[in-house]
Amino acid sequence: MDQLDQLVAQAETDFSAAADGAALEMAKARYLGKAGSLTELLKGLGKLDPEARKSAGAEINRAKAAIEALLSARRDALQRAALEAQLAAEALDVTLPGRGAGVGGLHPVVRTLERVEQLFRSIGFDVAEGPEIETDFYNFTALNTPANHPARSMHDTFYLENGEGVMLRTHTSPVQIRAMQAHVEAYKDRDTMPELRVIAPGRVYRVDSDATHSPMFHQVEGLWVGESVSFADLKGVVADFLRSFFESDDLQVRFRPSFFPFTEPSAEIDVAFMSGALKGRWLEIAGCGMVHPNVLRFGGIDPERYTGFAFGMGPDRLTMLRYGVNDLRLFFEGDLRFLGQFR
Amino acid sequence: MQFSELWLRSFVSPDLDSDALGHLLTMAGLEVEEQDGVAAVFSKVVVAQIVEAEKHPNADKLRVCKVDAGQGELLQIVCGAPNAAAGIRIPCALVGADLAGFGIKAAKLRGIESFGMLCSAKELGISEESSGLLVLPEDAPVGTDLREYLALNDTLFTIKLTPNRADCLSLTGIAREVAALTGSPLSFPACDPVAATHDATRAIVLDAPEACPRYCGRIIRGVNAKAPTPEWMKQRLARSGIRAISALVDVTNYVMLELGQPLHAFDEAKLSGAIHVRFPVEGEQVVLLNGQTVTPAADTLLIADESRALALAGVMGGEDSGITLDTTDLFLESAFFAPDAIAGRARAHGFSSDASYRFERGVDFALAGKAIERATRLILDICGGQPGPVMESVAQSKLPARAPIRLRAARVRRVLGIALSADAVAEMFVRLNLDVVREGEDFVVTPPSYRFDLEIEEDLIEEIARLHGYDNIPVLAPRGPISMLPRPEARRDAMFVRRLVAGREFQEVINFAFVEEAWERDFAGNTDPVRLANPIASQMSVMRSTLIGGLVANLVTNRKRQTSRVRVFEIGRCFTRSPSGQPVEGFHQPIRLAVLAGGLARPEQWGETGRNVDFFDLKADLEALLFPRVAEFERAVHPALHPGRSARVVLDGKVVGFIGELHPVWVQRYELGTAPVVFEIELDILLESVTPAYREVSRFPAVTRDLALVVDQEVAAAQLLKGLQSVAPAIVQRIELFDQYQGKGIEQNRKSLAFRVVMQETQKTLEDAEVDAVMTALTRHAEESLGAKLRA
Repeated sequence: MDQLDQLVAQAETDFSAAADGAALEMAKARYLGKAGSLTELLKGLGKLDPEARKSAGAEINRAKAAIEALLSARRDALQRAALEAQLAAEALDVTLPGRGAGVGGLHPVVRTLERVEQLFRSIGFDVAEGPEIETDFYNFTALNTPANHPARSMHDTFYLENGEGVMLRTHTSPVQIRAMQAHVEAYKDRDTMPELRVIAPGRVYRVDSDATHSPMFHQVEGLWVGESVSFADLKGVVADFLRSFFESDDLQVRFRPSFFPFTEPSAEIDVAFMSGALKGRWLEIAGCGMVHPNVLRFGGIDPERYTGFAFGMGPDRLTMLRYGVNDLRLFFEGDLRFLGQFR
Repeated sequence: MQFSELWLRSFVSPDLDSDALGHLLTMAGLEVEEQDGVAAVFSKVVVAQIVEAEKHPNADKLRVCKVDAGQGELLQIVCGAPNAAAGIRIPCALVGADLAGFGIKAAKLRGIESFGMLCSAKELGISEESSGLLVLPEDAPVGTDLREYLALNDTLFTIKLTPNRADCLSLTGIAREVAALTGSPLSFPACDPVAATHDATRAIVLDAPEACPRYCGRIIRGVNAKAPTPEWMKQRLARSGIRAISALVDVTNYVMLELGQPLHAFDEAKLSGAIHVRFPVEGEQVVLLNGQTVTPAADTLLIADESRALALAGVMGGEDSGITLDTTDLFLESAFFAPDAIAGRARAHGFSSDASYRFERGVDFALAGKAIERATRLILDICGGQPGPVMESVAQSKLPARAPIRLRAARVRRVLGIALSADAVAEMFVRLNLDVVREGEDFVVTPPSYRFDLEIEEDLIEEIARLHGYDNIPVLAPRGPISMLPRPEARRDAMFVRRLVAGREFQEVINFAFVEEAWERDFAGNTDPVRLANPIASQMSVMRSTLIGGLVANLVTNRKRQTSRVRVFEIGRCFTRSPSGQPVEGFHQPIRLAVLAGGLARPEQWGETGRNVDFFDLKADLEALLFPRVAEFERAVHPALHPGRSARVVLDGKVVGFIGELHPVWVQRYELGTAPVVFEIELDILLESVTPAYREVSRFPAVTRDLALVVDQEVAAAQLLKGLQSVAPAIVQRIELFDQYQGKGIEQNRKSLAFRVVMQETQKTLEDAEVDAVMTALTRHAEESLGAKLRA
């Protein structure tokens, strides 16, 4: 039936011409509405004989299905177009900066201390602390440095007005004594005291101020006491730490004899980098040694039964070497342009 | 300690070049700080004499010299030095010479030919400065290589000696060490007794034998104090950093450098009666060589005669008893003063001397006699004179004890982690010149008189380690029993807190713990701070009791550097006097966290109108740090803060910190522009947290109702909220304040506070009647307790 084919073709043209949903519904009414062309044709079927009605009916229904399919396709197309238009209108300039709060950060020396703590924690060291106004006993006497000992002149000490026997601690070593005493107390009921492994980071004070000395600076003390702790172990721990800290397997580490009243034998630790600006130069980085028997005794520990090693490092210097900072004073000036570089 | 390598090599000369020798010393604990040639590298420079010096025809400042450089014929050399004159002997660089890379060639200078160059000390790298040619002694042999003549193939070593190694404060001491380290043979300067040629003596009385157990003296008559010091001695002194003064003084310094024994020479004519080594009487004064008049403390040892105090023993001689160029008879002192009797005494008078430096660290107590013989020999050789007998007063029992030390082989292994054979250890002790007896596995060692640092077994173990070489001790991977460290879940560490604060856009700073006194007054109202006795500067004279001052200073610094938005924090100790302070009695030293925010609340950015940070911004930061614990904020007055915009922070009934806007007076005084907001809180509080506890989550719907209450202006929101919470039954999950309103529709002096009430049951859906009952109860409570009215 040519008439039906024409109708379908006409519907397709009309639907395509509909620019939006409303126009499409109007076009639909022309074919499928109450007075629509197809509805009219269906109504006309009653006049046909049953045979013809059957075949004509089938034809008309096929045309109706075709028109409905065209309608549905057009509806989808219009919806898609509308969505696309909406999305296009909503597009952002994604290159505009993000909004909200910015970021803060840790102090570079604290960043170093955090790494030091993490590395030592990984081999079973706990972190201890001690007071910064310290007694003469803990700062000197218990560290085998009696009054008038020449080693006291190595430390230019800040004293307090009206403060008999107290001072600003000149090093973190007093924490050694405090840690030993606390450890002994904690395990006094046991036959064997467990090993004591502790590091003590903190601020220390000396009367000194120039580009390489600050009247307040940092130290990290380390202490390992046990029944079989030797100088060879000390070398192992310190070398392992330094290579891990600087992330350099070829870092050269050397130990040379030195003197501290609280260790015997004592050593100074030098490192040399194999690349970078400081390549090949020995740089003094820490002091260390086997804990002096008198110091163990002051800590309440029997030096015949236990031995131990201790070391003291300068985290300020570690930080300077690590990041190439050339002036110690920058750490204590609070300039955000400097501090913000270590976020 | 600075010394010449050539001088050292006159006692011990191992087969090592200068660099290897320096390394050897460093690795043995005598750290070489500096190592420099005494002159630049040069060749073909000889001793020469200017025979003729005529003015250059074409140049006013040049001279044309005829020079005898021992080359057979005279050399014509044009020279610009102002002191070029006929007769003087000078260094001459011959044609073909190389002066630190600069080649000398025959040349024409202003038309006159010149064959070589006459040199200054600076050109040869012998000194930093020079004015003209280096004039050599009149007897300098012409033609001799200058390096040889002035012994310039020498290296200066500067060693940073640790206080325990006083035995290395002399050339022979270092030589002894080098011999022990290398096994090279050691020779010692001759200290043979010089026979007396007269019998004049002077009594010596040891009034304080503990402080001075040995004192040797000798009278030498008829010396020529004006005799010149020989060049070789001057050179060695100079290369040890000591200026030549006069022959007698130079000899005493020379012997001190050579043997380590400080000596003092008195003018015999100025002494009367016996020499006493004693402590001062009250008020006694001494005029020292350096012109200083001192009143020594009661524990400062003196050398005195029968009429007066002459010198501070072991520290410095007196001005009016010392030798001069006119001295003919001298009294030479060579004594042992105990380290404890000297330590700190020079420092007490604000100076240090070579003698006190050595005595307070320990001088060989067996050396005094040898040193006086050595000095006598040198004085006689240089100044002539007639020696008397050596007088010695000694209190044997007061000399330092050298108790035998027992060394156990097993202990060496245990401390060092290496196994050494008994023979190897014995051999080391021999090299160290220690007196050893073997008893089975053990060694019994008696240290020599010059070693003050060997007292216990560990000291000997260090000697073994040094000789074995620290480098040769293995590097062992750490071993030990492994057990986990306690890490309580409800305990955070300071690093965690730092990360939280940094995450809220604050930058950590570290400020000095000593601050300006004004900061303590302004920011803590503290008029009695902990004061330093010896501050480095007046603006660092008191210990801080609050961290706020430092943070305000950080704000000032950064504003000056064009950063006006400043968000900083510090974690550090604060200090106050407190009778109950622990762990150091009398001082309270808590660690605190303080935060300061100034300028815009958010970084300047698009799409947001900038507003300055305020109280509630920082309060949110503090609440987040405390979460899940909830603190109460109570209006409070604080010297640093705006009285209407400050609060104390209360947790579990305890005040743990404060928060607020900086007082406008300080904002103006410190030129801060806008008021920053700060808080300070005990760090310990932030380290305590809680282990989470589970509560059942209801499957039934929650009901939310809002409640707007109008109350008087003065009623604090927290007061109302707390009241509501106190009467809320269990089904009330939470009550939150979500709005505050004042203005149109609300009476003057009243405000509206709106709360959201969330209710829920775990076992059933709530019925309207139950919800209504709760809301009624809450409203009634607010009306009755605080005069609230439901907002219309």
